[in-house]
Amino acid sequence: MIPAVGDVVAERTVHLTRESLVRYAGASGDFNAIHYRDDIAQAVGLPGVLAHGMLTMGVAVSTLDPWLGSSGVVTEYGVRFTRPVVVDPESGADVTVVAKAAEVDAEARTARIDLTVTHNGTTVLGKAQVRVRFE
Amino acid sequence: MPVNPELVGRVFPPTSPYLVGREKVREFARAVFAEDRQHFDPEAARARGFADVVAPPTFAIVVQEQTLAQLLGEQDSGIVLEHVLHAEQRFRYSRPIVAGDELTATLTVSGIRALGGNTMVTSDAEVRDAAGEHVVTTTSVLVVGGGDS
Repeated sequence: MIPAVGDVVAERTVHLTRESLVRYAGASGDFNAIHYRDDIAQAVGLPGVLAHGMLTMGVAVSTLDPWLGSSGVVTEYGVRFTRPVVVDPESGADVTVVAKAAEVDAEARTARIDLTVTHNGTTVLGKAQVRVRFE
Repeated sequence: MPVNPELVGRVFPPTSPYLVGREKVREFARAVFAEDRQHFDPEAARARGFADVVAPPTFAIVVQEQTLAQLLGEQDSGIVLEHVLHAEQRFRYSRPIVAGDELTATLTVSGIRALGGNTMVTSDAEVRDAAGEHVVTTTSVLVVGGGDS
């Protein structure tokens, strides 16, 4: 399962809807109203209701699950929240994740995976890097 | 009121223990579209050597959230939730979180710096299990607006 540098190890597109945001709010305990109320999002100057940054961060890293399989674990994961994901009440929002091996240490069985996370062709997470270790 | 620069270095008391429930792990995994069986099926998790279902990596935010409440509740912090944006987030794991863990977080404000009219507040929450062993350290950078408007 140890990749070569440059390998795309996983990718997927997840379709977020307003229901996804309500579900994440309940699961995480983050009930900030900008994630489900259009009037409040507008009142604070946002272009619309936004996905929680932590939802996007969580969706992005879970893309690795099938690749990590039964022997890989995430040891470190960090992102910068650079652009919002606006979730339309009717059409929702697609978030696309591409995970590429950026550094590999075959002896230590570790790798750094860089995630490119986009919405409408724009990158929404900066420096999204995951360190993984295989048993 | 601007962010109080004297917050740097402040260490908060440990949060009350958070008991990680199996259904909570499943609920969180569904919410982040994590589909691996180890998040849902205790047998699949045990086959991997874990005591119970394994939480997705960002689950630690639920525990970190308790420490944010401490920070916002500090009378002299100068931080108002309505003016806070989440700028960066990081997790450094010693091991994955699993159902049955009893987790306690200790928050330290590690940095404050001005950025334009805003203030960047960096804090670390060190999360330990009931045995006192390190599980994960979460680092969050918040941008606190000036609140002039």
